[in-house]
Amino acid sequence: MHDTKTGQAAERPLQAGERAPDFSLLSTPDQRVALSDFADRAIILAFYPADFSPVCGDQMALYNEILSEFNSFGAQLLGISTDGPWCHAAFVQARKLRFPLLSDFEPKGDAAKRYGVYRHSEGVSERALFVIDGSGIIQWSYVSPIGVNPGADGILSALERMKAGHEVHS
Amino acid sequence: MSGLTIPVDAEDHAAGSSDAPVTLVEYGDYECPHCAAAHPVVKTLLSEMPSDLRFVFRNFPLTQIHEHAMLAAQAAEAAGSQGEEHFWRMHDEMLEHQDQLDVINLLATASDLGLDVSRFRTDLEASRFRPRVEKDFHGGVRSGVNGTPTFFINGVRHDGGFDEGSLRQAIRAAVGIHSGSR
Repeated sequence: MHDTKTGQAAERPLQAGERAPDFSLLSTPDQRVALSDFADRAIILAFYPADFSPVCGDQMALYNEILSEFNSFGAQLLGISTDGPWCHAAFVQARKLRFPLLSDFEPKGDAAKRYGVYRHSEGVSERALFVIDGSGIIQWSYVSPIGVNPGADGILSALERMKAGHEVHS
Repeated sequence: MSGLTIPVDAEDHAAGSSDAPVTLVEYGDYECPHCAAAHPVVKTLLSEMPSDLRFVFRNFPLTQIHEHAMLAAQAAEAAGSQGEEHFWRMHDEMLEHQDQLDVINLLATASDLGLDVSRFRTDLEASRFRPRVEKDFHGGVRSGVNGTPTFFINGVRHDGGFDEGSLRQAIRAAVGIHSGSR
């Protein structure tokens, strides 16, 4: 089970072995997605600063290309930024994204704060990745320099280690 | 830091000196405007540093956002199967004319380049080079390719800009490191 307690800000990015805090965020203007909706399933949480970065194959577009690889590990990808759900809807449509984008908009950055990846100066999240196992334990996390798209190699390596049974326990 | 997990080998398309101290690998998409912008930069640097630089191009088509990217990547490979020089000519043509990547235009380009058009067409229809393109793509993902273009300089992902000044500086630094270690 995922921890359902809310409101506790982390002082640093959460690390492997720590329990992933639950959240419930809008994925569309009228639909909510909670981490606990995916009990028993591996989750890839991809925090990113903002929709519509002006490059081809930005981080979310890249992940969209390799969703089948994530799916082959049984993992669900969730993108999270502080953009509102209407902005996400436009971004999803523009980039033909086939996975949910969650809106960490109100209270602003609440989920990012609980994972220790909120940038107070800019009001956006870090570019941060968390791979969480089916029992809600973070197996791998990584905070990329804000301007550097971290790619997918770290995520895939973490999923491979989990598949091989090399899990980190809390 | 992400690094190239698939070493450059004889299967790769490489331009420039084979014993150059610096190898620049690009993962690119023929329909990506940023790759088109990087194209003349790479050409300039190759002509500037003929003995110091080798350039390798690998396919990274972003098929969800670029309708013609997968076909174009296969077209370059199909051209290359008729002679390595044809790979580079098709590569140049496509990056310089990104509005002409549909099958009709690609066949016309193949004809202009003097390729065996019938064979080229059959290769495209049979998706003969799709596995090769997909292999490039998946190798790129494992190496930390994070969009297009992504460059690796002697195996290390280049996270700086790919304007002429930035790329030249990074390559010259790698040449310097190499000559310093000899």
